Amino acid sequence: MGEQIVFYVLAILIVVFSILSVTSRRILRAATYLLFVLIGTAGLYLMLGYQFLAAVQIAVYAGGIMVLYIFSILLTSHAGDKAERVSWKRQVPAIGAATVGLAFCAHIIYYNIKRVADLDLFNAPTMQEIGTNLMGTSKNQYVLPFEAISILLLACIVGAIMIARKR
Amino acid sequence: MSFTVIIVVLPFLMFLFLGLMDSKLKPAVAGLLGTIGLATVTVLSYITAFLYFFQVGKVDDVWQPITALNFNWLQVTEKLHIDLGVLLDPISVMMLVVISTVSLMVHIYSLGYMHGEKGFQRYYALLSLFTFSMLGLVVATNIFQMYIFWELVGVSSYSLIGFYYTKPSAVAASKKAFIVTRFADMFFLIGILVLSYYTGTFSFEELCNPAGPVLGTTIGDTFMGWSVVSWAMMLIFMGGAGKSAMLPFHIWLPDAMEGPTPVSALIHAATMVVAGVFLVARFFPVYYFGAPEVLTIISYIGAVTALFAAVIACTQTDIKRVLAFSTISQIAFMITALGVSNYGGEHGLGYMASMFHLFTHAFFKALLFLGAGAVIHAVHSNEMKDMGGLRKFLPITNITFLIACLSIAGIPPFSGFFSKDEIMVAAFEKDKIIFGILYFTAGLTAFYMFRLYYRIFWGERNKHYHHTPHEGGLNALTIPLIFLALLTLVTGFIPFGEFVSSNGEPFEAHFNWLVASLSVGVGVVGIVIATVMYLKKNSKPATMAKALSPLYKASFNKFWFDEAWLFATKQIVFARISKPIAWFDRHIVDGFMNALSSSTNWISRKIKFVQSGEIQDYALIFFVGALAIAAMVIFL
Amino acid sequence: MTTIPLEAYLVISTLMFFTGVYGFLARRNMLTILMSLELMLNAADINFAAFNRYLYPGQQDGMFFTLFAIGIAAAETAVAIAIIINIYRNLTNISVDEVNKMKF
Repeated sequence: MGEQIVFYVLAILIVVFSILSVTSRRILRAATYLLFVLIGTAGLYLMLGYQFLAAVQIAVYAGGIMVLYIFSILLTSHAGDKAERVSWKRQVPAIGAATVGLAFCAHIIYYNIKRVADLDLFNAPTMQEIGTNLMGTSKNQYVLPFEAISILLLACIVGAIMIARKR
Repeated sequence: MSFTVIIVVLPFLMFLFLGLMDSKLKPAVAGLLGTIGLATVTVLSYITAFLYFFQVGKVDDVWQPITALNFNWLQVTEKLHIDLGVLLDPISVMMLVVISTVSLMVHIYSLGYMHGEKGFQRYYALLSLFTFSMLGLVVATNIFQMYIFWELVGVSSYSLIGFYYTKPSAVAASKKAFIVTRFADMFFLIGILVLSYYTGTFSFEELCNPAGPVLGTTIGDTFMGWSVVSWAMMLIFMGGAGKSAMLPFHIWLPDAMEGPTPVSALIHAATMVVAGVFLVARFFPVYYFGAPEVLTIISYIGAVTALFAAVIACTQTDIKRVLAFSTISQIAFMITALGVSNYGGEHGLGYMASMFHLFTHAFFKALLFLGAGAVIHAVHSNEMKDMGGLRKFLPITNITFLIACLSIAGIPPFSGFFSKDEIMVAAFEKDKIIFGILYFTAGLTAFYMFRLYYRIFWGERNKHYHHTPHEGGLNALTIPLIFLALLTLVTGFIPFGEFVSSNGEPFEAHFNWLVASLSVGVGVVGIVIATVMYLKKNSKPATMAKALSPLYKASFNKFWFDEAWLFATKQIVFARISKPIAWFDRHIVDGFMNALSSSTNWISRKIKFVQSGEIQDYALIFFVGALAIAAMVIFL
Repeated sequence: MTTIPLEAYLVISTLMFFTGVYGFLARRNMLTILMSLELMLNAADINFAAFNRYLYPGQQDGMFFTLFAIGIAAAETAVAIAIIINIYRNLTNISVDEVNKMKF
């Protein structure tokens, strides 16, 4: 019972704030709304039982990426600026595309609604498990993507510095 | 006898050398090299003739064809192959002698005549090319090799007629010669292809053997009443008619006189124009056994052409034109002789007479042309009205020209009498109508040749010479004249039938006193009439022209054949056939391609706006595409 | 025992995703476009986690994928913002209307 209430709260939070984020005309507010969406997402992860994932979501996304966004917004625009209204010529295809896609996915979900099994045997992964799986080399273990990501991050750091440095 | 291939190859090497070196060689050096090359060829030809006729040629009292060299050049199908080789038999060896002798005379003559001309080295290179082509033609072992060299001869003729390429009339004449002969060669090629398709071979030995695989079995296919062999031989004759200037393809030969006079002597009197005669002679067994009706047609075409050309020659005033029409007439004589000939030993008198006349005619016609060249060189004009009374100034030319005229008129003991007499006998025995036509033409021949002679060398001296014409004694111009005159005196006495006959069996031609005296008589009559009209300047020619006015006008305008051909090509072929085809090509074929490209342009102009540069447009398209693919995968 | 069906999560993530799509196609400021992109990425991450939880509860492939997706999203955001800053330096404007030179 409690679960459902929490879930609905989170759901409404996410949906409302995401819509607000894409329609707000002030950039900083859009960023703030996005932050709330991300926190809501972390909440969803907690509900699903992935505590580590939720923690990472907050730390990286909400904490790192959003800060980055705030910095760049402040760098590139006056924070109090009001952006212009979006012209209808641009909105129509966007709304059209989004609606069509939504209908498509809704159809699929609805069509398969009874086919999803409801399995119960779930153990939330412990930190030991996560650690071993992250660093292990046998099947279903992720040291290779881990290393790949670390190289990617290195490349991105170098790239970002190269692109954005002062000439 | 395989050294004979040098005879053919040496002029070609000389052509390459002189042609490539061109202005790097001094003119005198080029001329000397060309002449020496040809002298070597002449000596080799004489050696070949000696070896063939007196040593190896006769086996069992029959002249055998000797294949000195034959290699397979191109294999077309399993049975059909194109060879290149050297075939020696009586007529080809005789032609070797004729070609090399006349060519050598022309080479020596040109040293003096073309002295100081621009393009002297090119001239000698082209002369060597022509000699090579002609020699290759006569020793061909198969019809296709002959066709290859036939075309080469045409090209050399084109280059030499258009030698003075800055003169528009020369360019037009060379084009006319090439196009007319090429048009006739189209029929020639079709004939070759038809013949080879039905007989499976190109080779002369197989085709011309009367008991062989081709003639021995009857080829049964017929088309519209004639057998395929007849059609093939008719088509092949049309090719020969083009090259030998028979009606109606004769139009190119008078215009070809635009070339230098030694070229006219070599190509258009003695050698190239007899290629058609040689072709019919080469194929004679096939004509006689496989297509006798074509032989009849050939003899009538020849007779009519002879008469026709002789009538035109009576009124022309350009001396080279007179000689050109005379050539057409004499070649028609040779063709007629072949047409009225039978086969085998004595019965093949026409064949022998035709070849004999070819032999003698080459020498005296070359002599006439070279003499005319000497006259033109002295007087700087081609027209009769600029000449007259030249016998005092050009003595050697006078005597040699007279000898040649007597020979062509058929007066004994000159060579022309013997050969022309044999033709008359052959015609008399076969077809009296043809004999009648030839008889009248012989009289006309004597008449117009002596008209020419008197107008040049007798009569009053033209008062408007720029400078006194002079000859210069024995030099490059006169030595060939003297040599050819000697040949004209001597060659009549060769017992030709012992060497050349239609089937290789030598025979002795007996003398028909009736025909001989008739032909001499008509020749003398012609000379007398010409003397009366032209020896001294009088008004008889003018009165006669006015009396026979329509005939005179027709003859003077060459019976309007050129205009007729021009009308046919311009109004009928060009306007009715070529123009629509050209329109189709330009508007529909090209138009289709242009439409393809312009429509592509139009489409691209319309759709280039997809590449708008706006990121969100690209994202939209991307998204829609992904949606479409997902739908396809899930729902289809 | 969970009383929340799988489809609920899917519905949320779908809504979030297509909101992000709309935002991507309709916004003018480059940074807001990037933010819509983040929305889309997060929606996909929720999908992964939900499917992993409900369909393959014994394995953790989905969770790790989400983990790596978050990491990659961070890297990509960093580079994108660097580019945007560079554009800002040259054009003093980060509207997408200004950067349409690569066209016909």
